Amino acid sequence: MISSHLPVLQVILPLIAAPLCVLLRRSSLLWLLSFSASLGAMVIAWLLLQQAGSSGVISYILGGWAAPWGIEYRIDTLNAYVLLIVTAISSVVLLAAKKSIEQEVPQQHWPMFYASYLLCLTGLLGITATADAFNVFVFLEISSLSSYALISLGRDRRALTASYQYLVMGTIGATFILIGIGLLYMLTGTLNMNDLAQRLPAVAQTKTMLSAFAFLFVGISLKLALFPLHLWLPNAYTYAPSIVSAFLAGTATKVAVYVLLRFIFTVFGADYAFSVLPLAEILMLLGVAAILFASLSAIYQDNIKRLFAYSSVAQLGYITLGISFLSVSGLSATLLHLFNHALMKAALFMALACLLYRQGGVKFSHVKGLGRQMPWTFMAIVIGGLSLVGVPLTVGFISKWYLILAAIEQGHFVLVAIILFGSLLALVYVWRIVEQGFFSASDDHTDVKEAPLSLLLPTWLLVLANIWFGIDTSLTVGVAEHTAHWLLELPAPVMPGATP
Amino acid sequence: MVAIAVAVMRDLFAIVMLFGIYSLLTAGIFVSLDAVDVAFTEAAVGAGISTILILSTLALTSREEKKSTHSRFLPLLVVLVTGATLVYGTLDMPAFSDPQAPVHQHVAPRYLDQAQQETGVPNIVTAVLASYRSYDTMGEVTVIFTAGIAVMLLLSAFRHREDEAGNLNDLSHHPVLKYVARLMIPFILLFALYVQFHGDYGPGGGFQAGVIFAAGFILYGLVVGIDKTRSMFSDSVLRWLMASGLLLYIGVGVVTLLLGGEFLNYNVLAADQVKGQHWGIFLVELGVGITVTATMIAMFLAFSEVRRPE
Repeated sequence: MISSHLPVLQVILPLIAAPLCVLLRRSSLLWLLSFSASLGAMVIAWLLLQQAGSSGVISYILGGWAAPWGIEYRIDTLNAYVLLIVTAISSVVLLAAKKSIEQEVPQQHWPMFYASYLLCLTGLLGITATADAFNVFVFLEISSLSSYALISLGRDRRALTASYQYLVMGTIGATFILIGIGLLYMLTGTLNMNDLAQRLPAVAQTKTMLSAFAFLFVGISLKLALFPLHLWLPNAYTYAPSIVSAFLAGTATKVAVYVLLRFIFTVFGADYAFSVLPLAEILMLLGVAAILFASLSAIYQDNIKRLFAYSSVAQLGYITLGISFLSVSGLSATLLHLFNHALMKAALFMALACLLYRQGGVKFSHVKGLGRQMPWTFMAIVIGGLSLVGVPLTVGFISKWYLILAAIEQGHFVLVAIILFGSLLALVYVWRIVEQGFFSASDDHTDVKEAPLSLLLPTWLLVLANIWFGIDTSLTVGVAEHTAHWLLELPAPVMPGATP
Repeated sequence: MVAIAVAVMRDLFAIVMLFGIYSLLTAGIFVSLDAVDVAFTEAAVGAGISTILILSTLALTSREEKKSTHSRFLPLLVVLVTGATLVYGTLDMPAFSDPQAPVHQHVAPRYLDQAQQETGVPNIVTAVLASYRSYDTMGEVTVIFTAGIAVMLLLSAFRHREDEAGNLNDLSHHPVLKYVARLMIPFILLFALYVQFHGDYGPGGGFQAGVIFAAGFILYGLVVGIDKTRSMFSDSVLRWLMASGLLLYIGVGVVTLLLGGEFLNYNVLAADQVKGQHWGIFLVELGVGITVTATMIAMFLAFSEVRRPE
């Protein structure tokens, strides 16, 4: 009986835990409740991915009203995969959260901090699971409001400004998305995505549909931090508490990419989306610009958190570049990088949480010569950094490989050069950290100890995942290729492990 | 006209008042479009509560807007492009009040024809909100809950200590205001209860009722003293109320799951479908009302208890 209700339990589990958190006080209880809710959600996501892989699309009607009259959840391999990414990152981050939060967030805020964290998780999961356009907006609001609150809790007073900046940009984005959905409803009289996909071709010639698409594209791009709409991201990631940076860097923008894919491929249809607007060219140009400008900006930062935030903007460039090829290998690269980039950035931001725990700051001056005092933390940064560069045996290599393959297929050799140049820039900024950590002598930090085990273990769990999924790619590549075929409406290869 | 005035003016106090007028005018437009429920919400939330909340914020900052240091060119360009796209989009849209428009042809007819039979609720808006699209409404309550938490998180760090007397919003020295308000408050609360429980038949429901109910207590706080309202609603009471309303809503869903139906499928709550729907809608609307009331009061108290920065 339970297995048929998994789609809704996926979202409800963290949602129930959130108001319960508000009623608790003890740190250990709060942590236990949040962690078990997140872990439970992860198990459900894993089961859903198995189900979707073997038996195809799972539909769940909420309230017992059939779509399009009621709201429907539809789980296919695309969103089950994203659900798994979000819940896995959230669980590992929460595993380390207790110590870091106890240090960075005032005690009176703990209950509401955990509640906001779970609400943010609920929002992201709800956006991903639903097949109803308006329901996307509702859960987008939940995740946005809670992430504004989470970011504002950073110790630096500038966290408030960063959060406000994100609030303004995010609200514009959400409003644009709402306008787009409203126009679609006006044209078709329905909000269900499947139903929209069937009814939109009849009105494909209208100007209203074109402007609906434009509003949705710009709105989602704001949430996705697509260059040049990324200006909110560096500040938000820099001044948020470490745990929040790790969580958001691994999940929030990934879900935005998912929403973009969902609207382009299953609501509007790739044929429409890529013909009315020069979408391929736009995504390609903005992707390249993001890779070059954001990587260059990253090199000139002296706060390591900000450095990795700029690097995130660059990585989102690779992700959109993959979409622009409109080919199986391009989309596979995008989907792979969703997973792989989540692993890298979560690992790196967790390592920064370790640094922050001991040093109270993550500027270059804080880490001078710390490589000897905190060897495990620094090794985590090095391996995470190598994965960011795309060195073989790490996950970064796999996504870059598919991306270059996609570029070569279509004869874009300039793009191959740009991707490789981007890796070189990543090498430069990662090297700057290594240089400060290992080769720069400093007498100030001789009494600094290695970070506590409860922070190091989850960090290394992510670091090892970076290597594991860089070697054993059957899960990620299997799902990504299957889903890419399905998005392009080509006959899909059978997913590994799926029973026919 | 009002919107243009708001954009041009620099006196923030006047802008807030104009926003209130703007909301009332919008509510009027909604009424003339036969969207009574929306108009009701707009009047209660837009003209009522949000005006009070923005005013409480103004009490903490200055009344005059600072000169902007940014260039005005980029925002203007963005606004013009957005406006142009919107106008462009309306060129092809179905004509106003055209019965053949897709909106009236596809999903809506079933709501109009069968809602009363399927849910037993004469007010179709309530049927759609609390039953057909009940899951969205649960999401909306969660949004309000999240907003409440966010405000409490942000402002509790700046709360002034209890021994610091003197309140900016205290109007208790105006006797006329005080007596008139005291006369009105019982009726406001009674009206809120009517809106809450009569939502099935007329315009209204948990959202509007919650806002009106909260408005009653906020008025009480303004004229009698914030500390009096605070003594009724301590932080932990408000937290319990906020959480329990949301949990009541989700709880209804969980019960329907346990009884073998889909999440929030009220049909399984009773042997008779209409009776099950009746119970389901009644309980979730109650949950909405509780959370909205508690969140609004919590926000108001959080704003009015912030220390004014020196």
